[in-house]
This record gives sequence, structure tokens and C-alpha cells, in this order.
Amino acid sequence: MPPETVAVPPATGAGKGKGRAVRTGAAADGGGGGERTQARARAARNHRIVVQGARVLLLVALIGLWEWMARSAVIDPFNFSMPSKIWDQMRQWALHGTPQGSLWEQIWYTLYEALLGWIIGVIGGVVLGIALGRIRFLAEVLGPYIKVLNALPRIVLAPIFLIWFGLGPASKIASAVVLVFFPVFFNAFQGAREVDRNLVSNARILGASNRQVTLQVVIPSATSWIFTSLHVSFGFALIGAIVGEYIGATKGLGLLVSASQGTFNAAGVYAAMVILAVVALLAEGLLSFLEKRLFRWKPVEAGAER
Amino acid sequence: MSSNTSPAIELRGTSKAFRTPSGALHTAVRDLDLTVERGEFVAVVGPTGCGKSTTLTLVSGLEEPTEGEVLVAGEPVSGIGDKIGFVFQQDAVFPWRTVLSNVMAGPRFRGVPKSEARERAREWLARVGLSSFEDRYPHQLSGGQRKRVALAATFVNDPELLLMDEPFSALDVQTRALMSDELLELWAGTGASVVFVTHDLEESIALADKVVVMTAGPATVKEVFTIDLPRPRKVESVRLEPRFVEIYREIWSSLGEEVRITRERGAADAA
Repeated sequence: MPPETVAVPPATGAGKGKGRAVRTGAAADGGGGGERTQARARAARNHRIVVQGARVLLLVALIGLWEWMARSAVIDPFNFSMPSKIWDQMRQWALHGTPQGSLWEQIWYTLYEALLGWIIGVIGGVVLGIALGRIRFLAEVLGPYIKVLNALPRIVLAPIFLIWFGLGPASKIASAVVLVFFPVFFNAFQGAREVDRNLVSNARILGASNRQVTLQVVIPSATSWIFTSLHVSFGFALIGAIVGEYIGATKGLGLLVSASQGTFNAAGVYAAMVILAVVALLAEGLLSFLEKRLFRWKPVEAGAER
Repeated sequence: MSSNTSPAIELRGTSKAFRTPSGALHTAVRDLDLTVERGEFVAVVGPTGCGKSTTLTLVSGLEEPTEGEVLVAGEPVSGIGDKIGFVFQQDAVFPWRTVLSNVMAGPRFRGVPKSEARERAREWLARVGLSSFEDRYPHQLSGGQRKRVALAATFVNDPELLLMDEPFSALDVQTRALMSDELLELWAGTGASVVFVTHDLEESIALADKVVVMTAGPATVKEVFTIDLPRPRKVESVRLEPRFVEIYREIWSSLGEEVRITRERGAADAA
């Protein structure tokens, strides 16, 4: 498998396990089972509380330790900054704007570049992946070239895109596209290859044309492969946009990072990082939500929903 | 239809060989001669892995023969005919489609307007007793129910030729008998010819007009037995008739030998 094919099922974000943790036996098992069911529900709830508590505790401890070490000068507060300063920086940006305009505008810029790059990369990857998966000749001809392109560390293309497309959003979108394309492409390709042969035979017997087989059998059965790559690739799109902005831009969170770095404002770098993490988590949540809507036909795998 | 008098299926000296991944040539079917008349229910029995399924893929047009001829309704097979229905051994329903949508798939593929396809699909779902399940997805059904969906999806296309590749082998014994009865009922109204591949001799006698015994692989026809049990039959009760037992004994003496050969070969391979 090529290095960027991501076959792992999307990891459920750690923070969102609270809604539907353990499905307690609603169908009580006969008389006298009600009590046991309740006991089990209680145990499950306790477990949940303990886990949540431990999580919060860990976070508080880490942040507290950082703050304390910086304040008591165990670590250099100028280089390492401290949580309170980072918080102040974020508040200041949110309330009074950043040196290059309002914070929301920066977030929107980065998000816009990442999103557009992601969409283009995904469409390109899916279309080409399915096409190569279905058409043997294409796969045989293009295969080696794609391998070569995939071997290239594509982030080095960002400076070239900057030269080609200038300081505006186009160069960032381009870097996002090249980062997103490959994982999506390989997964779509693999998905199209792994279609159940029985389903294809059945569709053909039922009267499906080649086109109908592709659209109504291959694509639906490749969607779970494709979706797996979508989660990872949105992260890549953000990386593409940020790195692009970092190298040279007029707006965006990446510029915020490089501007903060340029003024030795460590808190600024951290603050931008925190904002990015929040944005990425929100996007991930949205994607999971869409996935659940789209895959209603899929059986819920045991253990998949914690 | 060009020739209404010609048999539903004719295989003349048909052979099929595959390249195995290691490059060797594996002959699945050799020199096969077989005729299936119109409206006839033919069961094909043989030892496991002898090439029975290959015969079906040749008739369906999914594969082409290496040698010899395959005629369906008097015409050589080229590509997949639109008068053919195929029920697979494994589940071949589309998991992302609802039950109704699965049954509609055939007519929709063939360009039937949506409303008409839906009407016909509902009709067949009613016949297999799944009307109240039309909005379910396949994973929400039992194995027997999924098989019923597959049957409805096949019959909705009005096939003249029904090919069945061990369709009920994955079901438990009770469900299997039930499905066999249902199949006979569904088939009775259609006048379609059926080729039913199985390795279960009882099933084949209970269902068929004619039982074809295949040799150990590479498969070819060993003997053909006519089953003169009266119709309509009920699978569970026909099994108890003395005539059934007689036929069973007769065919088993032929089939048993091939099964033994296959088993000995397996033992030799394992050694």
C-alpha cells in the first residue's frame, strides 16, 4: 500500500465520547433483571464521570505546571511563554484585532483557502482514483508517474506556488490541493479495486451498463474508503494553507504565526496554534456528522461507538 | 423471439479453462453437453468445487467458454442477455440500498420509469412477504429475508432463464426448506427455465424435473435422471415418499462415487 493510503477507521475525537457512551440494556432481561440493569447503568455512568474527571484534571495539571514553571523562571518565560499570556493574547486579538486586521477575518481566510483546496483536491482525487480503479489501461499508464509524484515531499512545492500564483489565496489553495489529492486518490483507487465482485456481477446480470456499474455500485461501495481519507486530508488541507501563509501572505492564521515569530512573540505563536486546533476540531466534528448521515445503510459495528 | 422451439439452453462440447495465479492452466469444465428445455427445472449436483458454478457463469454470459458452444434460446451467448436472472450463493444485495430500492434496481437499470419500477417491485415484495420491510436496509434483515430480497430482485425482471448458484446453502435447515417451497411457488407462475446448482442431493430431487450429476472436476455430465414426482410438491413432505427414497438411492450410487474421488484427491493433496 502506498504510504499515504489511510485505511484506519477514523478515530473518534477524544472529547465527544460523553453523549452516548455505553448502551445500557434498555430491554431488561426478564423479571428481576431491572435491578441489575440499573446497577450496570450506574456503573457505566460512574466510569464516564471518572474518565471525564481524569481528563480535566490532566489538562489543569499540565497547564498549571506550565504556568508555574514559567512564573518561577524554571523555564524561560520569554521563549516558552505561559498559558495566561497566551489567553491574554487571544483575548486581545479577538477584542481589538490583530496587526493585520480582525481575528475573524484571519480565521476565515485560512479556512476559505483550506476548504477550497480540500474540495478541489477531494474531487480530483476521487474522480481520478475511481477512473484508474475502473479503467485498467489508465492505471497501467499513469501508475508509475503517480508513484513518483507521491514520493515527492509535496510541501516543498509551496514556495513554487508562491512564485507562480503570488501572495493571494491561490498559492495556498494550490498547496492544499497537492497535499489533499494523494491520500484521497489512493483511497478512492483502492476502494474501486476492492468492490465486491459479486455485487458487480449481480448488477450486470440485473442489466446495469458499465456506467451504471461505476456510478451505482463502485462509487457507493468505495465511499467508506474515501470517507476515511477525508478526515485525514482535511488536516492536510489546513497544513497546506498554513504553510503557504507562513511562507508569504497578506492575511491568514499562518501569517499571524510568522508575524508573531518575527516579533519574538511566543504567546502569539501559541495562541494561533490553539485557534487552529479549535478550527480543525470543529471541521472534524462536522465531517463526522455528515458521515453518519450518509452511512445510515451501514450496520453499526460493535465497539465502533464507544 | 427467433426460435420458439429451440431449447432454453444448449451446451455443446463446452470447456472452460482458467489461468491460475501461478500461471498453470486449470480446467474447470470439460466437454460439457447439456440441454435444458423451456420451462424445465434442472438441478445440477456434483462434488464441491467440481465446476458447477462455472457452468452457470458460461450460460449467463459473465464468462466465455474456452471451447465449444453455449446456446441460449437457440442463439450463441454473447454478453449478458436480458432474459436471464441469476441468484448468487453469497449475498449480492446492495447494502446501501433499501429493500424496495434493491428490488427496483433491475428495472431501473433497464430503463423502466421509476413509478412503474416501484409498482412492480412492491408487487414482488408482497409475493415474498416483505412488504412491511421495504424501507429497511439489508443489514437489518435476517439471512432468509435477504435471500427473499434477492429472489424478488431477480423475478421482477421477468427472466425466462433463471440461474441459481447454491442460493440457499448459507441458510439454516428450516429456512432452507421454507425458501425452497417459496421458490417453487414463485417459479410455478412464470414458465421460466431454471438451472439450480447445489451439492445437496435431497434439495435437488425435491425441486427439480431433471437432476444432472456431474463428475469430479474438471466437470462434465455423468448421468441425467428424470424425477417423476408429481407437482405441486412440498419439500418437507415429498422427502418422506417412498419414490423419493428410491430415486435418492439411485442417484446417490452415481454421485457418491464422484464425491469419493474428490475426497480421495483432497486427501492426496493434503498429504
